[in-house]
Formats: sequence, structure tokens, C-alpha cells
Amino acid sequence: MSPRLSSCISAVFAMVVVLAGTLAVAPAAFADEKPLRTVEVADPYLEMHTGPGKGYPITNVVERGESVQIVRRKTDWFKVRTDRGREGWVNIVQLELTLDEFGERTAIERIGRDEFLQTRWETGIMTGDFAGSDALAVYGGYSISRNLSVEVWGSQLVGNFSNGWLGTVNVVHETFPEWRVSPYFTIGTGIVSTSPKSTLVSQEDRTDQVALVGGGFRAYVTRRFVLRAEYKSYVVLTSRDENEEVEEWKVGFGFFF
Amino acid sequence: MESRLRFLFLSVTVLVMPALTGCSSLPFFGPGEDTQVAEAPEQVIEPEVERREIVQPRIDTEDFEIGVYAGGMSVEDFGVNAVYGATIAYHLNEALFVEGAIGRTDTEETSFELLSGAAQILNDDEREFTYYNASIGWNIFPGEAFFGRGRAFNQSFYVIAGLGSTRFGGDDQFTINVGAGYRLLFNDVFALRVDFRDHAFDTDLLGESKTAHNLTGHVGFTFFF
Repeated sequence: MSPRLSSCISAVFAMVVVLAGTLAVAPAAFADEKPLRTVEVADPYLEMHTGPGKGYPITNVVERGESVQIVRRKTDWFKVRTDRGREGWVNIVQLELTLDEFGERTAIERIGRDEFLQTRWETGIMTGDFAGSDALAVYGGYSISRNLSVEVWGSQLVGNFSNGWLGTVNVVHETFPEWRVSPYFTIGTGIVSTSPKSTLVSQEDRTDQVALVGGGFRAYVTRRFVLRAEYKSYVVLTSRDENEEVEEWKVGFGFFF
Repeated sequence: MESRLRFLFLSVTVLVMPALTGCSSLPFFGPGEDTQVAEAPEQVIEPEVERREIVQPRIDTEDFEIGVYAGGMSVEDFGVNAVYGATIAYHLNEALFVEGAIGRTDTEETSFELLSGAAQILNDDEREFTYYNASIGWNIFPGEAFFGRGRAFNQSFYVIAGLGSTRFGGDDQFTINVGAGYRLLFNDVFALRVDFRDHAFDTDLLGESKTAHNLTGHVGFTFFF
């Protein structure tokens, strides 16, 4: 066996040992019982699947009037435990038809458009083209008001001849935040740093200030996610005689919280 | 005479008017019991109903999945070596998840470098292969796996693809990753993952420009929280 292959195998083996150890200790750490929410079945019956997905078979039903405890949630599926100790996964649509301890419809936290409009923080990743280079960007934004937010961007630029980094601070104005596909406009400033590829004859690295103006669209998709597409036009304030103008477009998704 | 007439009229008015208007509150006409004006009943007991604080237990959600992995990575022209890294994923729904990953491997000398014995294409720092990516995965075949008669584990086969960047040979490369994997859940929070991925990027490291395919196979453990 070659030393490299054995190093791969030993890396995997070491991890298996460490994590198997963690796994063995873990149940004790998670054993402390927290109080669980109890709901009463109001529909003729509640269907319990064997797993958190619609394809998993239904192996149990809970009849009207009986109560179940909600153990945990995975996406839109809830693991419930019956009085007789049976466990299974129930979809949010059915769980919302149960009654809580006050006899009212069980209120389940659903992340939707309303939360999206009220939320203040957003982060996401986008990719696209920056003056012929591939751009990978990550951003974080904070809403000052419903229309106005501040965003900090960091991009990695990977080109055929040079690589670089771009960091900017932007002010974003979203004119109609309540629209499902909502346009926005932005201005900002920052710093771009480029260095030629190592396979090329060496040129010196450059760091320049940039100013930008741009616009784009933000579309709410589902749960915590938004899709974004944008165009930005940069002016690179070089130390040479003339400034450079650079265009960038990107698509990606954001995640609000 | 005039004053007597006035008295007569006055007494008629006094006698008749209350009867006409139905007013019985005048002391000399109403029945004895009604002589007191009804008052609002005085509150004897101050109700001290404290508002119940409704604190419903929070439901534990497990939409995030973090993990570590180790395995082998074949870096084109630079041999197969141990790779290790970490992942974090967010599950959008039962089918889709987004995942960010980082990883690294140390590559070795190319066959040319070994055979020629002298020329070194890369120095030690440049031989280090590091990458990060963001991908979208689809649990295309979820289901159950059975172990013996009495045990069933949830599992899923997923396909995954994404974009990222690789640092190798002193340069950053825009990298596309495509692959598939298998997730076996021991319980609701711990899972085993086996993942095969191709990390492809364009490179001119060895002179001519080409697309390098770097195949990776790794085993990982993840924790849902």
C-alpha cells in the first residue's frame, strides 16, 4: 500500500474513532428532558410518518381528542410523541390544525414574506463577472429603515491574468420593498487589490480606491431566502493619469435573519 | 281672589304633571320603597386576577448541519493525497439544502518532477491545495435503511453542485464542483456522510491551458442543530 493511500485511510479512520467516541458520549449530554409543547388532535386523525419527508410511510395515526408532544422540528416536519410513547413525523400543515393547551389553533413559527419585510439582517453569496474575471462575493447588510440599508461586500476576483480582492461599503435604497420582485439602487466605495498570476511575468501588485453605482432586483423565494441579481459600475481611482471604468454583474442568493 | 285662583291652578299643576310625565321620583307621590335613588352596587371584593404568562416551550429546530470530513483527493498531475475539511449546511426543506465547505490537501511531486529528479515546479507553499465553495444539494432519493430486523435509519442520496475558489500553485482558480453523496442518520442529530465530488478549474500551471479535474472522495460526520 502506498504511503499516500494509507494516509488517506488513516485520516478517515482517525475521524471515525473520534466521532464514534463523541457519538457514544452524546446521548448522555442530550438526555436532560426539556418541557415539550403538547397539542391536541382536532382533525379526525393526525398522520405520523417514519421520517421527515412526504415519501416516508405513515405507520401511525393519532385520533381526535388525543394529545401529542412536539419533540423537534426539521424544516417543515415535526417529530411528535404520543401518550403511549410512539414517535413519528408530522407535516406542518397537519400540525397547524391541532389545538394548543388553551383550545386554540396551534401557532407554529413560519418564516414568510412578513418576516422578510420586517427583518433587519441579511447575508448572502453571489457570483458573476467583474471586468472579465470571475467574481465570488459575500455580503452582509443591515436595514436602517424599510427602504434604506447598508451593505458590506467582500469579493474574490479570479481572472485569466490576475487575481484580486474587492471590498466595498454600500448604501442601498429599495424603492418598493413590498413587491415580490423589488428593484434597488446602490452607491458605494471601497478598495480593489489586484495581483498578476504567478505564471505571468511579474507585474507589481496594485491597490486602488473604487467608487460604484449600481442597481438590481431582490426576489423573495421561500422561508429565509431571497434571490438577487445586480449590476454595478465601478470607477477605479488609479494612481495613473486616467481612471478605469469596470462593469460587474452578479447573481446569487441571500439569507435573512 | 286672584291669589286663590293662582293656588288652585298651581295645585292642579302639581297634582297632574307628575302623573302625565310618569315621574314618580317626587317624594310625595312615589311609593315609599322607591324613595331612594338606586346606586351602582359597591364593589366589595377587588378581583385580583393575575394575567397568566403564556410561555410555551420552544420547539427544537434542526435545520443546520455542521460537520467535518476526511478522505482522499486526486489533484490532477499532482497525485492522490489525504484531504480534510469542514462543512456547514442549511436545510431549506426536506429536499433542498445549501452548503458551504472548506478543505485542504497537500499535493506531491508530479511524475515529471520525480523522473527528472531536479526541476521543481512548485515550492512547498504552492503545493498546498486549499478550496472553499458554496453548493446547493438535492436529497433526490430519501428513504430508510434497515439494519437487522428491529432498526431503521433515515438516509438520503443527494446530488450537489456549486461554485467556489481554489488556491493552488500560488494562484486562485474559479472552481466548479459537482458530485453526489449519501447521508445516513444514526438518530435525529448525528449523521454519517459519504461524498464524491469533482472540483474542476481552468489552469495553465503546466504550460498549456486546460481544465483540471480533481476528484475527491470523503467520509464525514455531521451534527444537526
